[in-house]
Amino acid sequence: MRLLIEHRTTFRFPEPQPRLIQMLRVTPQNNHDQTVVAWRIDVDRDVRMREDCDGWGNAVTMLYVDGPLDGIEIAVSGEVVTSESGGVLHGVRERFPPTLFLRDTTATARDPAIALWAGEVARGADRLADLHRLNAALGERIAIDPHRAGVELAAGEAWQQERATAGEIAQLFVAAARSLGTPARYVSGYGLIGGERAPQPHGWAEAHVDGIGWIGFDPVTRLSPQDRHVRVAVALDAAGAAPIAGSRLGPAVEVLTIDASAA
Amino acid sequence: MPMRQAFDEIMGAGEGGPPRAELAALSRWIETTPADELRRRQQAAEATFRQLGITFAVYGESDAAERIIPFDIVPRVFLPGEWARLSEGLVQRVEAINAFLHDIYGERRILAEGVLPADLVLGNPQFRPEIAGMRPPHDIWAHICGIDLVRTGPDDFFVLEDNARTPSGVSYMLENREAMLRLCPELFRRFRVAAVDSYPDRLLETMKSVAPHGVSQPVCVLLTPGHYNSAYYEHSFLADSMGIELVEGADLVVDDDIVWMRTIAGRVKVDVIYRRIDDDFLDPLVFRPDSALGVPGLIAAYAAGNVAILNAPGNGIADDKAIYSYMPEIVRFYSGGDAKLPNVETWRCREPQALAYTLDHLDELVVKLVDGSGGYGMLVGPTASKAEIEAFRAALIAEPHRYIAQPTLALSTVPTMADQGLAPRHVDFRPFVLSGRRGVQVVPGGLTRVALKEGSLVVNSSQGGGTKDSFVLMDDQPGAAQQMRTDVMTQTLGAMTQETRS
Repeated sequence: MRLLIEHRTTFRFPEPQPRLIQMLRVTPQNNHDQTVVAWRIDVDRDVRMREDCDGWGNAVTMLYVDGPLDGIEIAVSGEVVTSESGGVLHGVRERFPPTLFLRDTTATARDPAIALWAGEVARGADRLADLHRLNAALGERIAIDPHRAGVELAAGEAWQQERATAGEIAQLFVAAARSLGTPARYVSGYGLIGGERAPQPHGWAEAHVDGIGWIGFDPVTRLSPQDRHVRVAVALDAAGAAPIAGSRLGPAVEVLTIDASAA
Repeated sequence: MPMRQAFDEIMGAGEGGPPRAELAALSRWIETTPADELRRRQQAAEATFRQLGITFAVYGESDAAERIIPFDIVPRVFLPGEWARLSEGLVQRVEAINAFLHDIYGERRILAEGVLPADLVLGNPQFRPEIAGMRPPHDIWAHICGIDLVRTGPDDFFVLEDNARTPSGVSYMLENREAMLRLCPELFRRFRVAAVDSYPDRLLETMKSVAPHGVSQPVCVLLTPGHYNSAYYEHSFLADSMGIELVEGADLVVDDDIVWMRTIAGRVKVDVIYRRIDDDFLDPLVFRPDSALGVPGLIAAYAAGNVAILNAPGNGIADDKAIYSYMPEIVRFYSGGDAKLPNVETWRCREPQALAYTLDHLDELVVKLVDGSGGYGMLVGPTASKAEIEAFRAALIAEPHRYIAQPTLALSTVPTMADQGLAPRHVDFRPFVLSGRRGVQVVPGGLTRVALKEGSLVVNSSQGGGTKDSFVLMDDQPGAAQQMRTDVMTQTLGAMTQETRS
């Protein structure tokens, strides 16, 4: 499938910022089922950009902006051709053995309630089938919160509130899968989901099954990603794969608005 | 209460027996100097430390009063041969630590070959995937190491713990020596003691030597979390002695993957950072986002090869207590030979047999949290109460992987000033090892910590330990006396500089 992505993130600062540094993870990389045809990042200011790579192997763009600055708009646009792989990842150079992804983080901390539930949903005979069951059951149990975006709640909090963003549910999946002893990680990227006309920023999960490899799971669609997901970054949790990590150097509060227009 | 007669480093093995022949002169000095005089000198030294502000805060204590670490006037002495053997072992160990870090954040050969269980590294919070694949300039990771040693006999040294992150205590090595030079000058006339006051120069030399490629006049800074930190005195002391800027996170900015220091005269490019803040706080974009102590973008500058960070981020995996028990294997894997400095025998409670042994021998063993430090989260079996032992038993059964156990060693003693006069007290030792582009060097001296309570084996300053000066004696050579006098001169000059400054 040919996916056209156009996505803008706008920051408005109530008080002018003397400087701004941001770390962007917004650039997808090629794999067997994802070919980046064109990709660009545009910023409405004079900026210095540096392309790099983080410890996970994700492409990183460092953005350095001089102030005074009352706002900034970062526009990402590109074209990606995807193919269907049944959710199984092929052609990605892995930096770490899967067992690394059994590690907990604050946002995906071990939680007895989640572990108990995951144990009940899983039947234990077939790991892959269990993960699919977990994925579908999570999507059913946790409602999408239409009023929020991004990832604020840790897995345990999202579990209690039973309302969460896509990314928060993905973190829940990660915590649940790890509680079963399955390596799992968070994926950030873009997804063309539901009735939208263009891919939106999205978060889902990947779990590792011996003999198969890394497999994507999206609790929002209750399926594995098909050809409507563009994979950008992975990490142990959403914060590690965050599309934008920023540092305010002034006293102001960031106001983040995201606008994705139709391609 | 030691279970066996401990080896006394000055008085030798037996109670009332003759002192060690090489140190007979020191034992005479101890015997002939009146106790009151020794006490007076000790108090004079402590008064100076208090005035200088060499204090530390005890974590977990509500009264915010800062304390000085008690100082003991009787030095601990290493003979030339002892020191030479010790140094060889330290160099070998630190080279292995560097090789291990290089490997574990790169190819991970040691895991592929099954020398270490992979999950011990990959599942360890001290292994930082965020910096995997990044390489420090010149591939040197553990620039400043403090290797904690204990001794049980004339040539029996054991490594108790490696410190490859931000080991502290070097200011005590330097200040204790200054105090000894001032208060006991006669000792330096009698013994040829290797000077330690070159440490700041050696450290600066090490920093400069690891500057990024192509930098000829590197700008070095010391990054401190600020004056609330318990080791702030040391940070300011070292920066001052090296003649480099002492900075906090807010003094540095990263632009275009380059680190800059704000100064009155404008921005100055920074090439080498001796950081005394933990990885977690180093860069809020990569580690803890709520850190106000660090420098946003620092890891990007590091990844780009534009700055050297001492010690390198991610080093915690090398001095983790769970990894420690594999150090003999690690040393063998990278050096091809057996470790010259042995570990203390260690039971890894994550292994069922070791756990069973530990639970059966709790009253004899020292049990430690793998991620604890400073003497916290530790059981000393022989001196623990029944209740303490039972509490540890429950904790061990609940989370065995978090603990290791070691035998209670008969740590060596050194005569120490106590209420009733001089008495043997247990000591440990932290030498400082510097790794630069020109190799690994051991500073001839270090920090001797002494457990001031009779029979106590816990030397941590947070648990009532004190410090002593550590003399490394030099080989006697023809004309040694003359040589010695020059040394005293240099050292005294060093002391004068110090006094002028304060």
